[in-house]
Amino acid sequence: MGKLIIQDKTIVVPGETLAEGMDYLPGAGTYRLGDKILAEKVGLINIDGRALKLIPLSGRYAPKRNDVIICKVIDVTFSGWRFETNSAYSAMLSVKDATSDYIARGADLTSYFDIGDYVVAKITNVTSQKLVDLTTKGLGLKRLRGGRMIKVNSQKVPRIIGKQGSMVTMIKKATNCNIVVGQNGLIWLSGEPKDEVTAVSAIRMIEANSHIKGLTDKVKEYLGFTGEVGEPEHKEYEHSQNVDNQNVDNN
Amino acid sequence: MGYSKRTNNRGFDELRKIEAKTGVIKNADGSAYFKIGNTAAYAAVYGPRNLYPKFLQNPSTGILRCNYNMMPFSGTGERVRPGPSRRSKEISLVTEKALLPVVDLKEFPNAVVDVFIELIETDAGSRCAGICAASMALADAGITMKDLVVAVSVGKVDDKVAVDLDYDEEAYEDGPVSDIPLAIIPSTGEFTLLQMDGEISKDDLIKALSLSKKVVPKLYEIQKKALSEKYKLYGSDTNGNEE
Amino acid sequence: MADDLKSHLISSFEKNIRFDNRGLLDFRNVVIEYNVSKNAEGSVRVKIGDTEVIVGVKLMVDKPFPDTPDHGVIMVNTEFLPMANPDFESGPPGIEAIEQARVVDRGIRESKMIDLKKLCIKKGEKVWIVSIDVCTLNDDGNLLDASALGAMAALKVAKFPEYENDEINYKTHTNTKLPMKKQPVAVTVYKMGKHFFVDPSKEEEQNIDARLTITTTEDNTICALQKGGDFPLTLDDIANMLDIATKISKELRSKL
Repeated sequence: MGKLIIQDKTIVVPGETLAEGMDYLPGAGTYRLGDKILAEKVGLINIDGRALKLIPLSGRYAPKRNDVIICKVIDVTFSGWRFETNSAYSAMLSVKDATSDYIARGADLTSYFDIGDYVVAKITNVTSQKLVDLTTKGLGLKRLRGGRMIKVNSQKVPRIIGKQGSMVTMIKKATNCNIVVGQNGLIWLSGEPKDEVTAVSAIRMIEANSHIKGLTDKVKEYLGFTGEVGEPEHKEYEHSQNVDNQNVDNN
Repeated sequence: MGYSKRTNNRGFDELRKIEAKTGVIKNADGSAYFKIGNTAAYAAVYGPRNLYPKFLQNPSTGILRCNYNMMPFSGTGERVRPGPSRRSKEISLVTEKALLPVVDLKEFPNAVVDVFIELIETDAGSRCAGICAASMALADAGITMKDLVVAVSVGKVDDKVAVDLDYDEEAYEDGPVSDIPLAIIPSTGEFTLLQMDGEISKDDLIKALSLSKKVVPKLYEIQKKALSEKYKLYGSDTNGNEE
Repeated sequence: MADDLKSHLISSFEKNIRFDNRGLLDFRNVVIEYNVSKNAEGSVRVKIGDTEVIVGVKLMVDKPFPDTPDHGVIMVNTEFLPMANPDFESGPPGIEAIEQARVVDRGIRESKMIDLKKLCIKKGEKVWIVSIDVCTLNDDGNLLDASALGAMAALKVAKFPEYENDEINYKTHTNTKLPMKKQPVAVTVYKMGKHFFVDPSKEEEQNIDARLTITTTEDNTICALQKGGDFPLTLDDIANMLDIATKISKELRSKL
């Protein structure tokens, strides 16, 4: 007979026994050793029927196809740009994926994106050797001007965005800041200095408490937000769920 | 006569007082502090990150790189000259080999995970404290690991087999001493670090190695607690689902 | 874009609000913890916000320099440990670490806080060598002030080891402290645009125009200066920065 050793929503560490016997199945972040299932990361256990799944609580960003990330230009080549992605791998954006404009051969590419610029881009492909390709053609994909950048634990990004962007929309409404959240853990903000401070501390609060029940209410209380927390007003989310692009114009 | 009494009436299978914390270096992707007796180590993990020079890259997996260092004032005697020494380089190497069997970096070809270990004070067992801290720091950094690694020294002081020797015991002069730093994967009981200096018989060596198994679960529990405590600070009500 | 961040910082400074909600002349929380390393003759951990350094003092006996045969020797060394910042690399101290060590050294030496003659054991043959090592644990800006404060604090608690028959017994410490006369404190004042501020975060530190490290003793005597950064300073700037440093140094000294 199989036996469950830990409860649902427990924080576990590598090597910790989660279940014994063959009744349970090792899901993501777990593995089988003999007749036991063990954890292979620090994370929160999610028991889904017979499957044990581990939701990691830490770890650097690993590039994935279709993720919308914020990245920084580190090199301008003949045919495009190289970006730093806040991960172990840099990414390439070729001229044809950057813009629909006609760009003559040998044109000055820095007039589009210059070294040091931050750009919201979407990952179109990741090879087995982790060559990462980007596009900036699409809604909300663009160069970011002004503002400031903060780094967060990329595992907490879904929580910061919230269901269909509800969390970040609340922060934006409460603070009047423009905010773009990259899946890679970079967050861009722009607003009045005092408001930015409030927005950053709200984000830090979510980051630190991401695994706690009733977080939305806590953040709402912290922000003194009285509006409705729900669907964002703009339908843009339906097109691009990963990035929050309200208030971001598309040119 | 023989060796009959340890400092502070410590039992021969008893560890010194341990303090462990994670998330202690804010800039790092993962970090830990591990103090056993008067030996205290910090470990910080950066990565997986870009690896240069390029010839070090491995296209089939990320690599692990460990660096052990004693702060200049951390030694029991004179000031330790800063910078790498033959000793620190060897310890860096065996630390890497002690951790590698549990670490899985296949998802990160060509990349590197850097582990920096710094000793702020030492009273024997510094490489073991470093390995304990490093293993916690790697887990804290979200690295995929089959298990944590626990490390401790065992040995024989005069006529007694003991765990976790301190400096006075290593320097015991009234009889033979052997000092055996080792590291173990708790879930399998396999050894990933084994070194020794001094002298010991074959039977006593097996006895000493077996004695280590008694303290492995204790060390693992301490590491586990330190890793999960970081998250429990904010309350025990957990809910992993995205809303 | 690098300039984008700088202009954003400056527009925030104009409202006297920094990214972490401090005012321009506010220091982050300073915490000093003493005797953190048992084997050092004196040791401290200094935290300024998320910046953290450990400073240890070791005492040794060696020959004096030939030109000062009856003076003890002070050495300051800074290790920018790669643990502290993803951009720090392993290896011998870089130019920034060397500059920092020398600025800390200058404050200690020129203030004459330690009576070096009292460190002489036998003229021309044996003197005490005071070795101060600064090790960084986490760099979130302002390592310089943290290191100088740490050096001061570690010297203050350092105790001589037992010394008999030309031999040091590091296992036993006496109750004798170093012969100290003064408490120099270094405050670095930074300039960005037309704004002056102290205790920068890493982000601010990377965008400064100029900085001036001012070391003062209790009686406001200035005992060391170091200008840094790529931009020049006017005489008015300097006067302004001296006023700020004098005020902040009192706050910092009270933490010792």
